[in-house]
Amino acid sequence: MSRYSIFSLIRHARTGHRDWPRAWRSPEPKPAYDVVIVGGGGHGLATAYYLAKEHGIANVAVLEKGWLGGGNTGRNTTVIRSNYLWDSSAALYEKSLQLFEGLSQELNFNVMLSQRGLVGLAHTQHDLREIARRVNAIRLNGIDSELLTPAQIKELVPIINISPTVRYPVIGGSIQRRGGVARHDAVAWGLARGADMRGVDIIENCAVTGIRREGGRVTGLETTRGAIATGKVGIAVAGHSSVLAAMAGFRLPIESHPLQALVSEPIKPIIDTVVMSGTVHVYVSQSDRGELVMGAGIDVFNSYAQRGSLPVIESMLAAAVELFPIFSRLKMMRKWGGIVDVCPDASPIIGLTPVDGLYLNCGWGTGGFKSTPGSGWVFAHTIATGAPHPLNAAFSLERFHSGALIDEHGAAAVAH
Amino acid sequence: MLLIECPWCGPRDEAEFACGGEAHIARPAEPAALSDAEWADYLFMRKNPKGLHRERWCHTLGCRRWFNVERSTITHEITRIYAMGEAAPANENEGEA
Repeated sequence: MSRYSIFSLIRHARTGHRDWPRAWRSPEPKPAYDVVIVGGGGHGLATAYYLAKEHGIANVAVLEKGWLGGGNTGRNTTVIRSNYLWDSSAALYEKSLQLFEGLSQELNFNVMLSQRGLVGLAHTQHDLREIARRVNAIRLNGIDSELLTPAQIKELVPIINISPTVRYPVIGGSIQRRGGVARHDAVAWGLARGADMRGVDIIENCAVTGIRREGGRVTGLETTRGAIATGKVGIAVAGHSSVLAAMAGFRLPIESHPLQALVSEPIKPIIDTVVMSGTVHVYVSQSDRGELVMGAGIDVFNSYAQRGSLPVIESMLAAAVELFPIFSRLKMMRKWGGIVDVCPDASPIIGLTPVDGLYLNCGWGTGGFKSTPGSGWVFAHTIATGAPHPLNAAFSLERFHSGALIDEHGAAAVAH
Repeated sequence: MLLIECPWCGPRDEAEFACGGEAHIARPAEPAALSDAEWADYLFMRKNPKGLHRERWCHTLGCRRWFNVERSTITHEITRIYAMGEAAPANENEGEA
């Protein structure tokens, strides 16, 4: 597999860019692997990549029932940040942000990381006090975070309406300047290429239909492309986590909900930060193509349908138009839904399961994309060594027995 | 978008309702006798089926009464509406497409 560089670009320009090699192979599944990762989204691909790179385990397959990165990896709003309240979350998400900061160089693939700053808005005195508390907690963990006045917000985001007479006026906010966006498809493709270069088999159109166990241990998987023997299975399937857990005979504290997002028609650059508001529930950024990318909240009901209801979109757009009156004439081009795996404490589960050799990475809910490399990094460690890394030790399934929950319901800056 | 047939008010827009999540989770008769794992199972673990789901809804912006709904989590089709306290319908298809 050739490295991408200015020289490879010139070389391929001579042939009209018609003979670029595929970025990853499309192998037939082998009968056995050392490790099988279920789920070819960002988290599964990152896990395979770090298994090969950090732990020297390359006899790995990633099974994807659809196409690579076609689930939540290709459906999120691409926001990246690490402004979490609790120490355990801050450490995990900050690890991920740091990995993101070096990811393009490491993967030799431009993931288009843009640390354009992420602004969270306060609309009530309670919001303001809570944001101040969070800013302090985040700074104590050594992560950048600052309080902003309405005037400072107006300077950063000139199109925002900070009038005191609107229904939910902007009375302050916070910013993580290292926060921003990255190209979600590029993250999946870069990780896939990196894993493939190190020998990992990425197998698309291969759904898992059963988990073989003997004496409480995993022995293999049944798939739509035949049985695969393996002693270690890592599950990273987001919305379908409960379905996979049921195949292995245990239950999860997870419920699957639609999370919707939408993009506008492309326009000239008008907003160069990410703006989020939990109280009126909207978040918006502008893509490199000029589309405004906006995210809504989850639908209240359980669903696996990858679509949600219109009222959720309507309330989000109502808030967006009040905050940014300039948006009122914009046409929305597309809306879609992804199925997110929501945990009772809004924190992920990364660790062991009641079945030996079966590892679980789920519960990221509405915030999975930003944690893609960090999640893969700690999950690879967990699978390789059979024990969690200190960064994910607190995120065990066992915490629902012990009661040591990690309540991050406020961390999304948007309500869960 | 769901059109939900409230047993008292008739078919109404989803926006009038609140969803109370999985139905038929019985509070343990003797909570103090449970192990931590059993308590966690009651408190946190959910069926979350891909297929028919029995769930509770409340007509919050209408008559404010609760009732049970059987709905597909794949198509969102509502297949049954029945009263609170009524036993779960005997239907082998639960959790299936």
